[in-house]
Amino acid sequence: MAFEVPKETTDSKIREVPLGTGDAAVKVGGENVLPFYLFEGQMPNRPLIAVEVYDDNPQGWSPVVAEPLSDVLSDPVAWAKKAQDEWGADLIALRLKSTDPKGDDKPGDQAAQTANAVAEAVTIPVIVYGSEDAEKDGEVLKAVAIATEGKNVVLGPALEDNYKTIGAAAIGYKQTVAAKTPIDVNLAKQLNILLSNLGLDVGNIIVDPTTGALGYGLEYTYSVMERLKLAALYQDDGMTQMPLVADVGVESWKAKEAKAPAADEPAWGDENKRGVLWEILTASTLLIAGADIVIMRHPDAIKTVRKVIDTLMG
Amino acid sequence: MALSGLDIFKLLPKTNCGECKLPTCLAFAMKLAGGQAKLEDCPYVSDEAKETLAEAAAPPIRGVVVGKGDREFKTGEELVMFRHEKRFINPAAIGVLISDTMSDEEIGAKVDEAAKDSWERVGQQLEVKMLAVKCESGDAVKFKAALEKAKASGLSIMPMTEDAGLMGEALGVVGDLNPLLCCATAANLEAMGGLAKEKGLPLVLKGEGLDSLADLAEKAEAMELKNLVLDPGTRNLKETLEALIAIRRGALTAKYKPFGYPTITLPCEETDDIFFEGALAGIYIAKYSDIVVMSSAESWLHYPLQVEVQNIYTDPQKPMAVDSKFYEIGSPGPDSPVLVTTNFSLTYFIVSGEVESSKIDSWLGVVDSEGQSVLTAWAAGKFVPDVIAKFINTSGIADKVKHRKITIPGYVAQISGELDEELPDWEILVGPREAGDIPTYLRNLVSG
Repeated sequence: MAFEVPKETTDSKIREVPLGTGDAAVKVGGENVLPFYLFEGQMPNRPLIAVEVYDDNPQGWSPVVAEPLSDVLSDPVAWAKKAQDEWGADLIALRLKSTDPKGDDKPGDQAAQTANAVAEAVTIPVIVYGSEDAEKDGEVLKAVAIATEGKNVVLGPALEDNYKTIGAAAIGYKQTVAAKTPIDVNLAKQLNILLSNLGLDVGNIIVDPTTGALGYGLEYTYSVMERLKLAALYQDDGMTQMPLVADVGVESWKAKEAKAPAADEPAWGDENKRGVLWEILTASTLLIAGADIVIMRHPDAIKTVRKVIDTLMG
Repeated sequence: MALSGLDIFKLLPKTNCGECKLPTCLAFAMKLAGGQAKLEDCPYVSDEAKETLAEAAAPPIRGVVVGKGDREFKTGEELVMFRHEKRFINPAAIGVLISDTMSDEEIGAKVDEAAKDSWERVGQQLEVKMLAVKCESGDAVKFKAALEKAKASGLSIMPMTEDAGLMGEALGVVGDLNPLLCCATAANLEAMGGLAKEKGLPLVLKGEGLDSLADLAEKAEAMELKNLVLDPGTRNLKETLEALIAIRRGALTAKYKPFGYPTITLPCEETDDIFFEGALAGIYIAKYSDIVVMSSAESWLHYPLQVEVQNIYTDPQKPMAVDSKFYEIGSPGPDSPVLVTTNFSLTYFIVSGEVESSKIDSWLGVVDSEGQSVLTAWAAGKFVPDVIAKFINTSGIADKVKHRKITIPGYVAQISGELDEELPDWEILVGPREAGDIPTYLRNLVSG
């Protein structure tokens, strides 16, 4: 007797969220299956790789990841173009770290000009994250929303403490919001409800459920993503049907195991490959859990994860 | 698959003899279904009924033990599709491929490297479990020489050949180590299965897709082979992932018996790109592969994979905890800062990482909070003044430092007054709320 794979089809699906406008426009989400379960449903849009770009010439990064970026680290526009042209970025994820009150504390207007310059320089959609200071981000992202009006950028992260400012800016200037909550299904749903009560179309929200890297809480993010996807597809829970974003690069490269030189930790082996694999495993595992967008950093990790997505979408 | 009381009742003698100390067979059946009685209490139950009931009580995916000694492992017995539902049970075992066409030196070096792939992390030993020794030479002498070298490592062994004659030769070397024979196919099942059965050894069944795998499993069961491991024979990411999902779903959701065994994948045979091979392994670990064989033994590859196994197989109900004690970050001395936090493994990792990056040698006290993070532990009464005070007083830290200042996490600033009363000799300082702010805090603390 031939074996029939038990199918678990559903009429529910993840919302299809448009990113960017005009030639740059792409869609994310829209799937009616668990990630890559293409034997029982469709993923009309492939999961996207967003490449990280910083506006503050980041210091202190592991040479393993700083070296391949050395010619662009101080120039966000050049960095974004290189990510698009050489590494095949689907999206740019610009981080306005220069605005961090604990660091350079640059004004929002100045950072917003950088954001607009980056968005002008590339032909792919842009995600703009602030410095993740709840108060300052409200000011910064509002300035970004104004400066990039008409480009449909993703503004984030909108948190419980600043969603009103960021949500209002997104509504006013027709942008999309990334809503971030700390690794919890119910908190994620609640912030989506708050944003939609504010008047933001639920079709303009993506969810950042907070990323734990390999060894640093990966399993929590993994299960929260799985549970959000299961609720979205099999319980038709509208407040969990947003595409998910995993913030892989920044979290992976925080891990001691990704950065430590083999001279300090001989038992962990060659750091040039170890750190890249740390990022690859974090990204691939979260793609399998349900990430629709992975934000990544190292060119070799990006290349490998692209191959994973290409092969699985086959 | 659990049987209901009525299902069980149908299998009983229905004589109501009462020798089981229950008035009727139906009452006994109900107790059995509820797990409050044992089948042995009925002296008249038929052998057939015993078999049916034992089968119903067996886990939907069989547990299979591979190897013998230090690195033997048990695989299978999984009960859920998603780790949050309960937990994944027997951690995926990672193996390393050795070919008998490599030189003696190469084999020796790779075996040594694999044997050294062993690390302690959060109180767990993470290690490569198995050497897959593949006969690519077609020469029994070379195959046996490679197996001899692998055997000396103490790792579990998987001899790989589809030639039953060569497998028989291999068993002359490793037959007493409970090796995993790889593999039986439609073409050699009789001979290969015969070897496995004779010595009671675990056996890999390699199909050519799911239908042929199911067919092979049914034939192996008919030969009364029990310790089986399934290889769908797919050798690319898309097909392998779909096969792994189908097998797990078949076993758990459809109760399809031929798929009620652990699975093996061989990323080493799916690509020549080592980063991509790592990604494949990462995906198969998360989605249902119980054994994963890699082409390389290098530690940069295996350490991250082992950490992923640890993450995915963590019990979601039971947070990972580190030992409660004072940890030395750097080389702290009598003037170094003293900090306390909880023993949730993530809290410890993140706090110790930030203290380390501050480059200020410190004493980090980890209080037993039953694996909860700072705020959760405080709310649950596990990270409160009397608990912290008891930890400080019994830790011996007072003998190690000359000063009397303790920094507590900013999230529990509200307990500083009460803690002050519990620890009259100590001054309580309130640190930052977020771990990321620890380096700045520590620098100010030591310079101020």
